[in-house]
Amino acid sequence: MSDPVIRINKMNKWFGNFHVLRDIDLNVAAGEKIVICGPSGSGKSTLIRCINRLEAHQEGEIEVEGLTLDGSLKNLEEIRSNVGMVFQQFNLFPHMTVLENCTLSPIWVQQKSQAEAEKLARELLERVRIPDQADKYPGQLSGGQQQRVAIARALCMNPRIMLFDEPTSALDPEMIKEVLDVMVELANEGITMLCVTHEMGFARQVADRVIFMDEGEIVEENAPQTFFSNPENERTKLFLSQVLTH
Amino acid sequence: MSSWTPTAPRPAPSNTVGFVAWARANLFATKLDTALTLLAFTLVVYVIEVIFGWAIIDASFTGDDRTACLKEVQGACWPFIEAKFGQFIYGRYPGAERWRVDLVFLSGLIGLIPMLMPNVGFKRANMVYLLGFYPIFAFIMLNGGMLGLATVDTTDWGGLLVTLVVAITGIVASLPLGILLALGRRSDLPIVRALCIGFIEIFRGVPLITVLFMASVMLPLFLPDGVNFDKLVRCLIGVALFSSAYMAEVVRGGLQAIPKGQYEAAAALGLGYWKTTRLIILPQALKLVIPGIVNTFIGLFKDTTLVLIVGLFDLLGIVQLHFTDASWATPETHITGYVFAGAVFWLFCFAMSRYSIFMENHLSTDRTSS
Repeated sequence: MSDPVIRINKMNKWFGNFHVLRDIDLNVAAGEKIVICGPSGSGKSTLIRCINRLEAHQEGEIEVEGLTLDGSLKNLEEIRSNVGMVFQQFNLFPHMTVLENCTLSPIWVQQKSQAEAEKLARELLERVRIPDQADKYPGQLSGGQQQRVAIARALCMNPRIMLFDEPTSALDPEMIKEVLDVMVELANEGITMLCVTHEMGFARQVADRVIFMDEGEIVEENAPQTFFSNPENERTKLFLSQVLTH
Repeated sequence: MSSWTPTAPRPAPSNTVGFVAWARANLFATKLDTALTLLAFTLVVYVIEVIFGWAIIDASFTGDDRTACLKEVQGACWPFIEAKFGQFIYGRYPGAERWRVDLVFLSGLIGLIPMLMPNVGFKRANMVYLLGFYPIFAFIMLNGGMLGLATVDTTDWGGLLVTLVVAITGIVASLPLGILLALGRRSDLPIVRALCIGFIEIFRGVPLITVLFMASVMLPLFLPDGVNFDKLVRCLIGVALFSSAYMAEVVRGGLQAIPKGQYEAAAALGLGYWKTTRLIILPQALKLVIPGIVNTFIGLFKDTTLVLIVGLFDLLGIVQLHFTDASWATPETHITGYVFAGAVFWLFCFAMSRYSIFMENHLSTDRTSS
């Protein structure tokens, strides 16, 4: 494995007295696609939220592209501008148009000119296949369209790493596919991706590695083929039997 | 294989739309509804008749003193208002200098009207004009003492002039101060938070009269000899601090309504605290609390009447002062004066209220189609 872009070493996190992440060790190589799955409350969302410090960990180390996440504001800013994130609830800014949502970070964080930022945003909206919605407000779009705007907004920062926190969980079945298609396309372009999802078809198709978490620990990690056909752990088997057969 | 075509929509049945259907549903739905409708209608007609009779039919419109308003059946005594109108607007501001006040009113409107119209450009330049140039210009014009203008002491200011100076200063100062206090109260820094909570709770827990009284009577006792602020300035500061405490709580209500996801999305995009606050949080929070903000403005506008307690004569104060004029002593003078003052206050407050509704609609982004 080449030098990892994300290095997590013996990381622990508590919410109050609740030990939510326990001794997490995880290295992610550049360009690697990782799918994280597990039952609810297993800490998988918290894990990826620690990577851009939406949650602060209490013990252990997290290094992103050689920068340590330790509360230093300078490192944090640097890391956040290289890590894009997509949320379950989209979290678009409802008072701004789609285009304004996308140009916000290029203009205010990366100090690009308005024209340059808009050109970039329109390109990316094209890529997520909603170029004609640029001047609408998020409230006027369907869930699937909103999530694709959220992906475009994150991509506008030109990040090298993308974090997806259950991006399809809040969507109607008909809209899940349009979001997954965009994500598959993105995966094929070589960006590093960490994705918390229950979409096992997606995991099979794009993941280099599937990680199964329960009770705040990484129970099992494997290439998707081995993971789905031949899980090592009893707990993984049980989980897979529950999500795959219904 | 059969293909499915959606059914074309039809218009709603004609007896469910239009005025007749509306009246039937809302006014005459049941026997009780019908009775209440008729009763309310009678009451409205009666009230309008009484007001119309007093304000117009039985009213006097011309005259030079009290004799004009002593008819057998006397309505409003409008000549009183006419005779005192200048006093009501300018107070004891010298007659020859009143053009200065007019100029200040006019130059304020020139900036304010385009500022309030969302589609007119040059907002930034206008902001500089209204918040940078205008206050200095207004102070020089009203106070005088330079540029060859005679000094007009603030004790001679009065009427609507004082009402507007106090209210506008309070409104302009309280919004930014209130926003800062609200942000401070939600800050992670314990000292900032404690100071903001202390400030808000003290000023919100004390009646405005007390604040004005303290500013006017107590403050000079604490200042060293020779240092003295103008009484009006002290009142302005008191009103601004008082209303900013209220404003802070209104704004805080809006801040609390913003979902955590908005902060997280902004953080994930690399925005820091001030950029997040300015670009993401405040625009949404302030929009949510426009009714509360305008409510505070309206309350403040009417509270300016309390400056009477420290010897400043605002519109209501000066109207009351003129009740003592013996040449206008009639049974209808008081009520006419109060109705006039009430109408002027109502006009300003109603304008603010309508403008706030307009802004709410204008800023709404929940439209389902553009």
